Amino acid sequence: MTDALLRIKNLQTWLGNGSSPVRAIDGIDLEIKKGETFILLGESGCGKSMTALSIMRLLPPVGRVVEGSIHLGETSLLDLPESLMRRERGGRMGMIFQEPMTSLNPVLTVGVQIEEAVNIHDTSQEQSPKRRVIELLRAVGIPDPEQRFDEYPHQLSGGMKQRVMIAIALAGRPQLLIADEPTTALDVTIQAQVLALMKQLQQETGMAILLITHDLGVVAEVADRVAVMYAGQIVETSPCKEFFQSPRHPYSQKLFQSIPGRNKRSERLAVIKGTVPSLDQEFVGCRFAERCDDVMELCQRQAPEWDQYREEQGVRCHLQASDVKAAKKTDEVSDAVAEAQNNSLRPLLCVADLKVYFPIHKGIFRRVAGHVRAVDGVSLEIPVGRTLAVVGESGCGKTTVGKAILQLIKPTDGRVQFDSHELTQLRGEALRKKRSDLQIIFQDPMASMNPRMLVHNIIEEGMLAQDIGGNAAERRTRVHELLQQVGLPASAADRYPHEFSGGQRQRICVARALAVEPRLIICDEPTSALDVSVQAQILNLLQALQQQLGLSYLFITHNISVVAYLAHEVAVMYLGRIVEQGTVAEVLDDPQHPYTQALLSAVPVTEPGGKRKAIHLEGDMPSPANPPAGCHFHPRCPQAMDRCQKAYPKAISLSETRTVSCLLLEN
Amino acid sequence: MPELVILWTDALIFLLIALVLVFGRLAASREHLRTPWRSVGQSRMGMGALVVLSVYVLIGVLDSVHYKPLLPEAAQRAKITHSNEVLSLLDYLLTPLREQQEKTYSSPLSTHLYSKENIEQADGLMKRGYPRLKHGGAHLQNPEQEWAADVAWTAIIGAVEAIFVWLLMIGAITLWRGYRAGYSFLQQCQRIIFRKTDIPWHVIFIVLGIILLLAFVAANLGVKYHLLGTDKVGEDVFYQALKSVRTGLVIGTLTTLIMLPAAIMMGIMAGYFRGWVDDVIQYIYTTLSSIPGVLLIAAAILMLHVYMNEHSEEFTSLIERADLRLLFLCIILGVTSWTGLCRLLRGEALKLRELDYVQAAQAFGVRHFTIIIRHILPNVLHIVMISVVLDFSGLVLAEAVLSYVNIGVDPTMNSWGNMINSARLEMAREPIVWWSLTAALIFMFTLVLAANLFSDVVRDAFDPSLRGGK
Repeated sequence: MTDALLRIKNLQTWLGNGSSPVRAIDGIDLEIKKGETFILLGESGCGKSMTALSIMRLLPPVGRVVEGSIHLGETSLLDLPESLMRRERGGRMGMIFQEPMTSLNPVLTVGVQIEEAVNIHDTSQEQSPKRRVIELLRAVGIPDPEQRFDEYPHQLSGGMKQRVMIAIALAGRPQLLIADEPTTALDVTIQAQVLALMKQLQQETGMAILLITHDLGVVAEVADRVAVMYAGQIVETSPCKEFFQSPRHPYSQKLFQSIPGRNKRSERLAVIKGTVPSLDQEFVGCRFAERCDDVMELCQRQAPEWDQYREEQGVRCHLQASDVKAAKKTDEVSDAVAEAQNNSLRPLLCVADLKVYFPIHKGIFRRVAGHVRAVDGVSLEIPVGRTLAVVGESGCGKTTVGKAILQLIKPTDGRVQFDSHELTQLRGEALRKKRSDLQIIFQDPMASMNPRMLVHNIIEEGMLAQDIGGNAAERRTRVHELLQQVGLPASAADRYPHEFSGGQRQRICVARALAVEPRLIICDEPTSALDVSVQAQILNLLQALQQQLGLSYLFITHNISVVAYLAHEVAVMYLGRIVEQGTVAEVLDDPQHPYTQALLSAVPVTEPGGKRKAIHLEGDMPSPANPPAGCHFHPRCPQAMDRCQKAYPKAISLSETRTVSCLLLEN
Repeated sequence: MPELVILWTDALIFLLIALVLVFGRLAASREHLRTPWRSVGQSRMGMGALVVLSVYVLIGVLDSVHYKPLLPEAAQRAKITHSNEVLSLLDYLLTPLREQQEKTYSSPLSTHLYSKENIEQADGLMKRGYPRLKHGGAHLQNPEQEWAADVAWTAIIGAVEAIFVWLLMIGAITLWRGYRAGYSFLQQCQRIIFRKTDIPWHVIFIVLGIILLLAFVAANLGVKYHLLGTDKVGEDVFYQALKSVRTGLVIGTLTTLIMLPAAIMMGIMAGYFRGWVDDVIQYIYTTLSSIPGVLLIAAAILMLHVYMNEHSEEFTSLIERADLRLLFLCIILGVTSWTGLCRLLRGEALKLRELDYVQAAQAFGVRHFTIIIRHILPNVLHIVMISVVLDFSGLVLAEAVLSYVNIGVDPTMNSWGNMINSARLEMAREPIVWWSLTAALIFMFTLVLAANLFSDVVRDAFDPSLRGGK
């Protein structure tokens, strides 16, 4: 094809030397055409970032390309000397990284950093570099670019920083923009802004985009063509539309099935059993065979060849199109028991007007100059055996709510009643005794276990502290029971946390929380550090445990699809306050608050074409140290009125279960 | 039986050895401690340095077993069985070196004094010349002709002995390692030669060989001659340098031992509890670290001096006085040097207390003290280890500097600092006496270099960012 911009042939990149190098990329072929958006989709560790780094020739010192060719236009990138390669990087190829916080130098102003790229790559000099920088800043949608020029990265929000990174990448007028998970670290509303910006820039400049992601929602939003990577190989390529209608490879199918959502509430999510195989071996058969439901005897024996069954579609699987079975009906789990006894339940946890302020100290004498109002008057109730989800963007105070309920952070004001005990009044030993009733599961399963302790000791810790579980032998039996309950072998007890994968670690965390027989578990984004297929495993586990043990969950998350799948009620938080609260059906189907509407519309939908009209929010969340007067949301609200600036709107009850704080609903 | 004397520093050294052994047992059972130490064991540089260090430690430990020797029969009848003099095992081993005193300076391996004197000749006439030494080369009839051949011959005998012992040791170690790993002697030899073993035995054997060679040659020559010359009062400089090993080691290790508990506890407490605890601890260490260290040390040593003069009856022997002064120096150095580690640990604890597993433990209602012991301490241990090993060489050098300005160890105590201090005058002399300074320098340089190399390896092994880089 003549219009191919980037051609990769049989690329193989290995990490490390010695007897068993890690074959991070094991022979991939792909072509990106001018002006198209090509997506590499895959879970962590499948080699997508390595592909990007191989193209840029920025591999870590242990990595090397052992075979294959990469052509950008007519240039063979792998044969270029380093000095010429440097001109290509940032010249014809720009790159954006995942973490905008660490991609900018904190001691240089934004303007200087963009100017650096302009001076290197834009040698035409028809205009002064500064004017070009301002033009770029304007192009990426940064307001007041003249003023921003002299600001430092810490003065910008995450979304702004990512825009600056895009501006730097655009400085050399690239033909190819490589974006490595550009929106993973951002909130959904900001993600929607950045994705829209990239689409818009693509239309203006006609560059091609190679976007790397693990998020099917992002794929649906922007993709022209998709390639699915698994264990260092591309297992399927397809145009976006066909991919979403009829994924061919069993792995792609499973990915779709494991996404939680409303329509799957009553069933268990499909999970891909096992984990990604380690890449330091030579494979005989299909790499996915171990985890595939439709595995045949042939799969174990022979690696499948690439099957280009249509001009733009190919798959690496022994199954022919006709063989592909309809997705097996997953086993039904009755939700009826919990559903039936709906409203009559007494609340287990009752939080009223909870406030957490952090003082800001200033001056030599460290006078309190103000407060960061992390949580500013939150009230919620959780009945026995139910799940309340707290949804909101980062920095809205949802994690602080969780920790304040647990009394890990002392609330400034308000009441936390747990089963008619007032937790905020408890001190010392009395509080210590009560702690077994409430437990917490953290976001990052790596950081939530002491790496120096055995799994057995980790799980046992709570039992020892609460003095339950009997003697050493009984505790040991109990630990084994708990491990089996969360789906791990009892032998896991004598290993260290680092020997487990992310999903397994999160299971251990669940087991640890269960050890003290809690009645309420606060789940602080328990799946956001995990891959989609693993997330499904954990969600299934949490749901099963709720049914078996009658646990209540306070589920803190920013992932709407998880809420739709798991929660009974939802509370939407913005800047320390709950703006809308109600049952899942009420809030998700018919959002009333403008913020909820914007939040829901920003969530990428996994069916292309089925898009709602997106409401794009301008700007970022204000600082909780200095919230806007009146309704906190009014500066960003598309429907703001003058009255909104005057006073914070009262909560209006729309139904027995539902409250909204917005003036629009007053009439 | 000679009477065993346990000095203060001896007791602390044995305590330290016991602690190291306990820690070793603990580390062997904990995966997270065993792995980095194993990678230290696999490093060629680390093991080479470790062999050198263990030779120093051996000398130091031998010098830390003190006793009062029995007096000869005649004195025993007078009901005084033990001499007042306190000796160490090392002194006993080096008896010839200790007792062969000359009149004054003599250069290394020489047979004559370094300065001219009036010599009474056989015929009663006085002549000005370089007199023969009492001990150094005394066995030679005609030093001018025999000296070179005798020195060479003695050295060769020493070398042959060294090679013999070396081969014996290699054989024993190979046999032992082979037996443990289930290989025959020849197979194990092959494994070592072709570097198939985890521990770099070839490096260990080479370093061991060099040390044995030097030791045996020195031993053979040292008995007949003064290997590194003699000082102003005719004492053997080689003997002094060997005796100084203990002083250096004591300063380097005991100081850390003394400061560690305070630094660890205060640092972690400040970081973990924050609030007023943090304020108080920070106040203490900022105040302490802003007092000039030398001033504090000088004041403390002076105080001790006054105290010892007023209670002279409590300090019966010279060596006890010197020992107490050494201990005091360790304490003062410890007091002034714990702030760095404390600050480091505070920062680390501040970071760790926010980690999820500490929060999870708090959510379980685990007591603060338990959290500190179980979650914080093991996770800062690598920092402690690194800073202890890095501090060691700094402290050895600090001793030399302090003794040079006369506020270090007791002037009667052998130490490299005192040797350098006395060399100040010798260097101004014409012709200059260079061997005291050189001897101190060589011994100190070897120790500090070995310690630095070893600490580099330890730091790399414990640094998580470098782990798995291979």
